Amino acid sequence: MGNEFTNKAIVILGNGISGITAARHLRKNTTHSITVISEENPFFFSRTALMYVFMGHLKFEHTQPYENDFWEKNKIDLIQKRVLRLDAQNKVLVLDDETSLAYDFLVLACGSKPNQLNCPGATLKAVQGFYHKKDLDRLEAWSESMETATVVGGGLIGIELVEMLHSRGKKVHFLVRESSFWNTVLPAEESELINRHIRAHGIDLQLNTKLRSLEGDSDGRVSKIHTSKNQTLPSQWVGLAVGVSPNIDFLKGSGLNLGKGILVNRYLETSQADIFAIGDCAEQQDPLPDRQSIEAVWYTGRIMGETLAQTLAGKKTAYHPGPWFNSAKFFDIEYQTYGKVSPTPDPKKEIQLYWQHPKKNKTLRFSFDPEKRNFSGVIGLGIRLRHEYFNQWLSKETSLDEVIKNLEQSFFDPEFSTHYAMEIQSLWELKKSTLSLNF
Amino acid sequence: MNLIKKQSSVGMGLLGLILLSSALFIPYENKTLWLSVSFLLMTLGGLVYFQAVYGNTLAGVKNDGVWFNALSSRGVSGWLLGMGLTAFYIAIYWYPEVLGFNSEGKSSGLVSLFDPLSYALNGKAATQWFLYGTLYTFAIVLFGIKFIWKYRSNRYQLFRTLSVVFFQLCFAFLIPELLAKLNPDTPYFAKDLKNMWPLNYYFLDEWHLTNLITGGNLGLFFLFFGLAMIFVVSPILTYFYGKRWYCSWVCGCGGLAETAGDPFRQLSSKKISVWKLERWMIHAVLVFVSVTTIAALWSFLSQNPEMSWISRESFIGGVVLFIIILMAVLFFWDRNGLEKDAKYTLISLGSILVLSISIQAFSQQNNILFLNSYSFQKWYGFGIGAAFSGVLGVGFYPFLGSRVWCRFGCPMAAILGLQQRLFSRFRISTNGGQCISCGNCSAYCEMGIDVRAYAQRGENIVRSSCVGCGICSAVCPRGVLKLENDKLENRINRTVYPLGNAMEVKS
Repeated sequence: MGNEFTNKAIVILGNGISGITAARHLRKNTTHSITVISEENPFFFSRTALMYVFMGHLKFEHTQPYENDFWEKNKIDLIQKRVLRLDAQNKVLVLDDETSLAYDFLVLACGSKPNQLNCPGATLKAVQGFYHKKDLDRLEAWSESMETATVVGGGLIGIELVEMLHSRGKKVHFLVRESSFWNTVLPAEESELINRHIRAHGIDLQLNTKLRSLEGDSDGRVSKIHTSKNQTLPSQWVGLAVGVSPNIDFLKGSGLNLGKGILVNRYLETSQADIFAIGDCAEQQDPLPDRQSIEAVWYTGRIMGETLAQTLAGKKTAYHPGPWFNSAKFFDIEYQTYGKVSPTPDPKKEIQLYWQHPKKNKTLRFSFDPEKRNFSGVIGLGIRLRHEYFNQWLSKETSLDEVIKNLEQSFFDPEFSTHYAMEIQSLWELKKSTLSLNF
Repeated sequence: MNLIKKQSSVGMGLLGLILLSSALFIPYENKTLWLSVSFLLMTLGGLVYFQAVYGNTLAGVKNDGVWFNALSSRGVSGWLLGMGLTAFYIAIYWYPEVLGFNSEGKSSGLVSLFDPLSYALNGKAATQWFLYGTLYTFAIVLFGIKFIWKYRSNRYQLFRTLSVVFFQLCFAFLIPELLAKLNPDTPYFAKDLKNMWPLNYYFLDEWHLTNLITGGNLGLFFLFFGLAMIFVVSPILTYFYGKRWYCSWVCGCGGLAETAGDPFRQLSSKKISVWKLERWMIHAVLVFVSVTTIAALWSFLSQNPEMSWISRESFIGGVVLFIIILMAVLFFWDRNGLEKDAKYTLISLGSILVLSISIQAFSQQNNILFLNSYSFQKWYGFGIGAAFSGVLGVGFYPFLGSRVWCRFGCPMAAILGLQQRLFSRFRISTNGGQCISCGNCSAYCEMGIDVRAYAQRGENIVRSSCVGCGICSAVCPRGVLKLENDKLENRINRTVYPLGNAMEVKS
């Protein structure tokens, strides 16, 4: 590696955001031969946009960010085949048509697969996860003949599925195991606000509820479900959104060190020489402070792709993402977060300032440490926040005072939107006075 | 229940439209009654329909089923509407007698149905243009209400739509009609203050200039206001706010596109090849309208030396000087990484320069560049003014999207766009690394800008064609886009990595 005069064969397995970002940056910086393999779809598409295709906002072609001739123009070879196994000894991938593909460097960016449930009836027809393009096609095929659907799992994919089905006029039961929506991430107030918003759309949100079993009709298609609360609900389709896991079954026996995912070091190197893993399928042996070992998020996938491309272009670079950030949309409410905000903070380590609009679905929550009162994270609902500013404040020690003072310019809502910087500032003054009483 | 409400309201609106159209064949005795009834039915049908669609939903932009609906995805009803609109435009421009217009005497049919309103507003019998103006304004107001309802969670959309409806209703429709009533004896000239050259391509044509100058104080006011708009007001506003101040806040073409055209915005092509075509077209139209106007002024100065302040030779000299200065300024700006755009503009200006000098060198009294002096104006009026802006521009909404004219044919948008690209504080900022490349922004951009291509790279959008409608920002599910005016420095932030990756910091 590093000798830019010899061209190497780089094979990237997976054409999602991680693999494609790596390919694009490699093409920009090197003359290596680049091959991307994916069974799912001939071209890169935005997985997060599949929901909009079902809702009729977009056609599938709109989810493909590059025109089809982009890849040929940029000499990135695309192969639409399934990889059966990896022969690391001979540096070869074996494909489903029994041909093989040799590589000098292999990048595994094979993503996730939806988790399954083990309850009775889970293998009935019209019971599925939602992750692949094929899942969208399947859902579309069932959609016509369904009136009532059930979605199991109160996470991001779960609520997206609920919104999708609702947009097509389906009656939706939404079973959430936790006592409030996504409360493993969202603090109680935000979570409760989303509960209410989900219900305002006419969704049957059932908290503290699990799926116990499913019953089928004579065709073997699900027709009703039984919940842990002994309720029986008619349902002609069931969506399982109980998390995703790295898609690594085909790598078992390849000699790669596997945990839940493909184990990598900070340089995204696997246990085998010249094999790297990025994106959803990669598991950090030694996770970054305050971060998960597997982060199945669009943004981290992209950042890993950018990072690995540097290494393969001869500039060895460690995976070093900036402060954590994420975003989502719960029906009509946008969610953005930067840094760390605990759903149930330990008051010795983290204190929070919470503001909520009296009527509208708008909230802001700041976390900071009790000692120096340095800003450590923010969650916004219904309020757009400027990444650049919060990234800067999180990258170097910044007091919450400073952040609150400059709040006005950190809002990213469209022009003429009402800003609430004043309200939040006075709330902060109030909070400060009670804090000094307590400490 | 809601479905019945939707269907019956559509039925009611269609009934109003059919009633209106029936005047083509049935000579109604009581025109006031039938005109009112048909407009009332269309209004009521519309309002009930909008209520059925948006009244029972929570605020938030929803484009549910846009690509399943035949009307908004080039299905059967889309084609029918497109063909109907096209036929209407062909009738208005070239066969007004079909609509009942009679240039010799009393009109009949559909045109005369509008007589009561026309008499009330401008004191004269209706023409096909009055009929057109009324329907046009009606469409903007009615669908403006729908637009505001749909985008009610977004205050930028609220203010922008109120503005565009106000300018159409007052400046384009009511004020000109009333001014015509108050000044019945002055010769005709355009009385829409906001409709400036070169969108109003005949503003500087000989007959129009003559009418302005002989049109008393009002005429002179419109002449000077028009000139001030072109050379002072427009460049200043575009510098501060981008071309959106005109194209999506004030302009009538924009007004119709943003309101009645909203269901078709996603039909614009985002292909790179079409973007190339757009650049060529827009610059060609710009050269065409400039040369036509210079030729018109030249012939005006030749034929009416008594009305002029300058000779035709010094006019051409002035034009040449103006263009040379513009080219010099552009050449200076070229260094700021705008090579390609600036090159196109330089070529256009160069062409105008050469053609202007040719006019001076090769033209006689009634003959410009060996052509009849009116043929330029005539061809521009036919090709661009009517065929492009009307038939293609609106008739083809359901095929090509709502901004075909603005994107490929409007010389005004071209000039404002060049300025926006080269010298304006306006840009669409992207929010660091938050883009998920979903494609909603690009899909719903009526100007065919591939917004996502910039957003996913964390790069601001500074494109000459952007009319600043703000819909990309409104439909973005992750809060990535914001229309802003800010300092010129770093407005085009070409970053290699979108924000979120700290590896550069560490190495």
